[in-house]
Amino acid sequence: MSKIIEAKNLVYEYYKEDDNGKVIDKIKALNDFSVDIYSGEFLVVLGHNGSGKSTFAKHLNGILTAKSGTLIVDGFDMKDEKNIFPVRQNVGMVFQNPDNQIVATIVEEDVAFGVENLGLPQKEIRQRVDDALETVGMSQFKKRSPNQLSGGQKQKIAIAGIIAMRPKCIVFDEATAMLDPTSRKHVMETMQMLNKKYGITIIHITHYMQEAILASRIIVMEKGKLYLESTPKEVFKNVDELKRIGLDVPDATYLIYLLNKQGLNLDPTILTTEEVVNALCQLK
Amino acid sequence: MSIEIKNLSHVYQENSPFEKKALTDINITIDKGDFIGIIGHTGSGKSTLIQMFNGLIQPTTGTVLINGIDINDEKTAQKAIRQKVGLVFQYPEHQLFELTVLKDVEYGPKNLGLSEAEIKDRVEKSLRAVSLPENLWENAPFSLSGGQKRRVAIAGVMAMEPEILVLDEPTAGLDPKGRDELFMQLKTMHKELGITIILISHSMEDVAKYAEKLIVLSEGRVKFTGTPREIFQHTIELEQIGLAPPQIKYIVNSLIEHGFTLDNSILSTEEAATEITKILK
Repeated sequence: MSKIIEAKNLVYEYYKEDDNGKVIDKIKALNDFSVDIYSGEFLVVLGHNGSGKSTFAKHLNGILTAKSGTLIVDGFDMKDEKNIFPVRQNVGMVFQNPDNQIVATIVEEDVAFGVENLGLPQKEIRQRVDDALETVGMSQFKKRSPNQLSGGQKQKIAIAGIIAMRPKCIVFDEATAMLDPTSRKHVMETMQMLNKKYGITIIHITHYMQEAILASRIIVMEKGKLYLESTPKEVFKNVDELKRIGLDVPDATYLIYLLNKQGLNLDPTILTTEEVVNALCQLK
Repeated sequence: MSIEIKNLSHVYQENSPFEKKALTDINITIDKGDFIGIIGHTGSGKSTLIQMFNGLIQPTTGTVLINGIDINDEKTAQKAIRQKVGLVFQYPEHQLFELTVLKDVEYGPKNLGLSEAEIKDRVEKSLRAVSLPENLWENAPFSLSGGQKRRVAIAGVMAMEPEILVLDEPTAGLDPKGRDELFMQLKTMHKELGITIILISHSMEDVAKYAEKLIVLSEGRVKFTGTPREIFQHTIELEQIGLAPPQIKYIVNSLIEHGFTLDNSILSTEEAATEITKILK
């Protein structure tokens, strides 16, 4: 598999200044952070608030630029400012609050907003907008006003706006945090579909461990560094360690962990309801 | 302080092409000292409902009684009653604006015309109530972490000394530890200060763990009320209205189907582990 993102020794600092603009403190949001992300991956990024997840995400399309280290996205070196625009066409971002991402008063105009700026013929824009709405299953809403939509539907509109750009990679920065369980499920299904059917690389930042089990790989960030990196099964079996750094594990994994503490001998990499039930039925 | 909602309905932009029914025929009672979770899909009317609690929105029909007094009746002391109901909106940290934490929290009480000493006392009490470390009090609110900022915003509402604290998704965007800490904090305030707490949440795991009672809304109507144990037994109905019980509930349900003798109201992983161990040993 080819690498779509190569991050090497990234450092990014936030400065704390006093009233006179003098720097009184520096916080290393990324502290020698390195990771490779491969084309077609479904990568989930975990970490507590302030661990550097969003800071990293914002580097991926040039919203932030690292102080040192190298970041190659889709073959472009992000240090060079003139690379930012080509990269932004290929790396889309969906943020947490759907209301902050909607700019137009009609759904299809909102979806067209990004793609209109690519200098494409009118016909092509029309086609792409229609296709994008079709892909996320929102075609019947295209003439509606976004403010009549639910949170999950608005997120799908935001996703459609990015799909219309035909990106290679989409970064979801806690894009499910404000949604109800069903909307969350729909957005997760959309992500999986984009990944499987269209081969789009998905990078999903979340605090919901249930969503993380869908990943092909998980990275856990802590204090601006890469802390753990593996498949969901291998990551979540580290219950004590994850809880210590402010994270959680799926209920199924935690149940197995508690039962094993009581002296049972069950597979600690269990993640799903079916796996737990099967394992316990065998003991009965 | 109790809240009683009687035959309440609300329509946005009535008699216009954009007319939208937000709430229909709501009847609920919230008693003093309750710890209530309100759950429902996006657009089910949760946010509209909580804004009724202190008169930010007046219902199209029906009444809101606080301690038996109609808060939308112009003859009553509306302002005094509304001050007893503190509302914390979604992402309250976006409303922080002052140069220091202390100044931000004292903004509300200052506008009540209290004495300097009283203001200072309330501000310190509120910041302690949300457990914000004292060495951060002189810091700029913007230099704090997400969870800390949210505590400052909640302290700002606490400084108004409400008897009822209403929070709209207080833990959205916080990590699991931040969520647990904030809920523990609310629990403590609820217990020690006797404040009635009402909160909206999309995290079924959290309300299952912390709320004493739940109100379930769907399409502007009350679908269920009861304890989390009672409510989450309605797995299929909850799924139909866009909600889902925590994973442990599905595990317990499935184990029961496979012949395990378990109490079907189990809601916590710890409890499930204890019961399963008993069966297997």
